[in-house]
Amino acid sequence: MSLSSDLEAKTRSAGQVLFVIGALIFSVVLLSQITTQTVWITDAKSFAAQPRFWPGVSIMMMVLSFGIHLLRMRRRRPNRQDWVEVRRWLEPLEYVLWFMGYVVLVPLIGFLPMSLIFAITLIWRLGYRGGAYFWVAALFALGTVVVFKGLLGVKIPGAALYEALPGVWRNFFVLYL
Amino acid sequence: MEIVFSAIDVLARWDVVIALLVGSIGGVAIGAIPGVGPAVAIAILLPATFSMDPIVGLTVLLGIYGSSMFGGAIPAILINTPGTAVNALTTYDGYPMTLRGEGRRALSLAYSASFFGGIFSVICLIALSPLLARVAPMFGSREIFLAALLGIILVIVAHKGQMLMATALTGFGIFLATVGLEPVKYTRRFTFDQTWLASGVNLIVVVLGLFALSQALILMTMDDEKVRLTKSRGSLFQGFRELARHPRVASISAAYGVFMGMIPGVGEFTAQFMSYTTARKLSKTPEAFGQGSSEGLIASETANNAVPAAAMIPLLALGIPGEALTAMMLSVFYVHNVVPGPGLFLYQMDFVVALYLALLVLNFLVVIFLLISTGWLVYLTKIPNRFLGMCILLLSFVGVYSIRNSVVDCAIAAVFGLIGFVLKRLNLPIVPIVLGMVLGGIMEVKLRASMNRVNTPLDFIDRPIAFILFCMIVVILLGTLWQVWRDWSPADRRTLARKSSSRFAARIAARKTRHFEIKTKQQRRRRSYDHLGS
Repeated sequence: MSLSSDLEAKTRSAGQVLFVIGALIFSVVLLSQITTQTVWITDAKSFAAQPRFWPGVSIMMMVLSFGIHLLRMRRRRPNRQDWVEVRRWLEPLEYVLWFMGYVVLVPLIGFLPMSLIFAITLIWRLGYRGGAYFWVAALFALGTVVVFKGLLGVKIPGAALYEALPGVWRNFFVLYL
Repeated sequence: MEIVFSAIDVLARWDVVIALLVGSIGGVAIGAIPGVGPAVAIAILLPATFSMDPIVGLTVLLGIYGSSMFGGAIPAILINTPGTAVNALTTYDGYPMTLRGEGRRALSLAYSASFFGGIFSVICLIALSPLLARVAPMFGSREIFLAALLGIILVIVAHKGQMLMATALTGFGIFLATVGLEPVKYTRRFTFDQTWLASGVNLIVVVLGLFALSQALILMTMDDEKVRLTKSRGSLFQGFRELARHPRVASISAAYGVFMGMIPGVGEFTAQFMSYTTARKLSKTPEAFGQGSSEGLIASETANNAVPAAAMIPLLALGIPGEALTAMMLSVFYVHNVVPGPGLFLYQMDFVVALYLALLVLNFLVVIFLLISTGWLVYLTKIPNRFLGMCILLLSFVGVYSIRNSVVDCAIAAVFGLIGFVLKRLNLPIVPIVLGMVLGGIMEVKLRASMNRVNTPLDFIDRPIAFILFCMIVVILLGTLWQVWRDWSPADRRTLARKSSSRFAARIAARKTRHFEIKTKQQRRRRSYDHLGS
């Protein structure tokens, strides 16, 4: 095998046909909505100044490319392996829910407590059972909060739970943790 | 010289020094962990840099960009896993050297080659700056539009074997850039009457989803790998002596890196591929390439590390990012109201030179750090995948949520994380989406501005640079079409049984043909002999 073909990226065949069909349907739906979702201005100075021009160009690029790719595919009918691959695409949905749960709970419970809970429980869910893993995960969560909120001052608001703390502690927690 | 002094003045601040240290050390560590990479780190850190001065924020990001490839060589050489995607070629010659027990020699060579590439490119760029300052103002709206279009075309063409998908994904990126209120008449585009879509799709949210969240999801759904480190001998300083014995390979590779880095959409892959093949052609021992050749290792690592500084040229001089990492850095400029482009070279040359000097210092810092800490950096390769996935997921939250504390942003990032996951599973490229999004926005604004002064289509290319760019676009398009036409073959859609039966028939037919050909040849020979004999 030559170096160029060795380094050339090869698209995985399992699941490809379903991805392309899905993407093509999405592109065609967008194309069908172009007249309702963009406007055509009668007094535009040039064609490029039409608000519809660039969405039109981009959607046509998508429709044509996905369409030609589908036409050029060796196998256009999905088989069992394609559906197995699609099931694998659904696997990370669980972690997306974990992520969204974390997002929703941070303003209520607080960045530091929620990060500690998130890191330790997720490590447990991922199958790590040794005490060292939990300690490292907790340290990582603490380090992230201290570095990003405490030192770099990124904008993450104080939690509703911090309101219950006494005055000085409350200010410190809202500002730094 | 005056500019250099004022650039040193820009850099002589404690926060810039800390940024340099954090960027260089952090970048090396990130590069040394397979599965993280500079794109994930830059995406996560991007919102945090918005509160810093532009020079401080950019120094951190540049530090990570420039030094991650140094660190990426460690797992590439020791465990045959590239730390960053661009270290793939390093495994070809680095790992065989490790198998021979020469791991430290390979690491030393990689460090010295990377150092040479980095320094070479920064020196080239400082030397080129006066020329760039003269050329950059010649770029008006239409030239910048054509340069962005060239970048888009090159991104697509660079994805050989996946060009159609790259085109579609670029189209998707351009489409994302158009969602929301359009900037002239303020009409809504593809908002579906949703208020949260009126301000458009945030680039950083998309980048965090596509790069960071998707990588976290990939890591958490895969198994942990057992990493075994082999013992190696040798000094970490010997590479510098060895590099001095291959000045031709090193300088040609660095030149490739600088040249390819300057062209938008091309980047490290093409640079290292071309330098590697050239080094193999020029070598006295081409058969050693891929078997642990020091020249091969020098070629790939030098070209890699010459790219980051060069990739800043289209970004700084024209405001056009050539690849995903510089596209992310562009948002740092915009947040601080520093508009990269010809104006930057004209009025803030000290800022540009300061960035180059920061890169120069960074290379020294990284090499010193690597020479001291390689012993413990190798243990970073042992971090389990799923644990790493949890860490990236937590950091991704910080990245997305700190932009504007929006749950909707996090949900959009999660959706793009899933899209990125699917694309990575299918081995499809993500970069065209990001570049489509950034360059699409630039193209829209610049085309609209330039059309105001154009009466006939030929007016568009009546200036020299516009004409040259137009010719380049035409040549690349025609060349690509010609190549596609030449390689085109109808898709084979027969079933496996039908295919094997026809293959068998063809084999029998070929054997029959061969049999008769041999017979015919024998007959002809006999007859010609007879004829000659008569």
